[in-house]
Amino acid sequence: MSIILLSLFLWVFWILAAGNSDLLTLIVGGVAAIFIGILWGKRLYVNSHKAFDIRRWFWALIFLFIFIWEIIKANFDVAYRVLHPKRPLSPGILYVKSQLKSTWGRVFLANAITLTPGTLTIDIQEDLLYIHCIRIKPNELSVLRNKIVARFDRYLIKIFD
Amino acid sequence: MLNIYIYILIASCFMCFIRAWLGKTIPDRMVAIDILGTLAVGFAAVWALITKQDIYMDIALAWIFLSFLGTLALAKYLSHQSLDE
Amino acid sequence: MAWNEWVGLAFIGVGVLFDALGCLGLLRFPDIYNRLQAGTKCVTFGTCGILLGILFHQGITTFGIKALLGIPFLLLTSPVGAHALARGAYKAGIPLWDKSVMDEYTQSESSRAE
Repeated sequence: MSIILLSLFLWVFWILAAGNSDLLTLIVGGVAAIFIGILWGKRLYVNSHKAFDIRRWFWALIFLFIFIWEIIKANFDVAYRVLHPKRPLSPGILYVKSQLKSTWGRVFLANAITLTPGTLTIDIQEDLLYIHCIRIKPNELSVLRNKIVARFDRYLIKIFD
Repeated sequence: MLNIYIYILIASCFMCFIRAWLGKTIPDRMVAIDILGTLAVGFAAVWALITKQDIYMDIALAWIFLSFLGTLALAKYLSHQSLDE
Repeated sequence: MAWNEWVGLAFIGVGVLFDALGCLGLLRFPDIYNRLQAGTKCVTFGTCGILLGILFHQGITTFGIKALLGIPFLLLTSPVGAHALARGAYKAGIPLWDKSVMDEYTQSESSRAE
């Protein structure tokens, strides 16, 4: 099943990138997509029951909007710190715990954390994420830990778990 | 209008070069090169718009993946692991 | 010019501005981890802005769709690259900035180079 999904995805990507729909283009792309799908399909940990669940796609759409909003906030935050003459930084590395179980969910959580205000994922071990944070107030540590994870965790659980 | 954008992008590229030159540590230079790769994608895209040739867009698409692979290889080298994992 | 070209040019302008800011951050910030933060966030957002602007400028043509295809891949690959570089730098023994507040990663087993 995941072989078919991967092949289909690659084929659609090929058609969009090629920009025309000659018979030859379609056939060459199809053959290549099926070949790569057979080679790599088993290694993608895709659960096809989850992939066809409409509710998960709905939550993914909501997650996308929140994600874009956070990226915009993050950029104005960084721009402020770059342009500020005194560079208001007090960086450090801390760990946070995530509730997510699936591999794909963790990948997306790490990417989302990297692109949001003042945080950069350094390492993932099972459910612990080590995060470099651009501004830490040591007396509000638990609030910060909560804020980093809770923003995305509850949506990603609904999407991937 | 688009010409001004190109000049700003060239200035950004020079800032990356300065960081790669000053460096201090090897990872600093690698970060500069990684970000230069992402900048090049934007540069190729704007250039495609100026020259009205969408082959530059293909270059931008390919560059995304190539700079990603290059960064991963450099990061592997940094952490002293073998390249087959 | 039609309205969509103006919107496209505005998006490209914002993108280019954030690209420049990210590179300025690359120069100004004190240590490699902070530089990665500035660089990755601003430059990724800026380049996505440029690609989105091209989509608006060109409409749904081959050109525009290629620009749209670039956005998700850029959003997927760029943070992973930054994450790998940060981890590699930590394992290579690059210290944090001396004004850093805390470091909980040293306790972890995998923070040392193999």
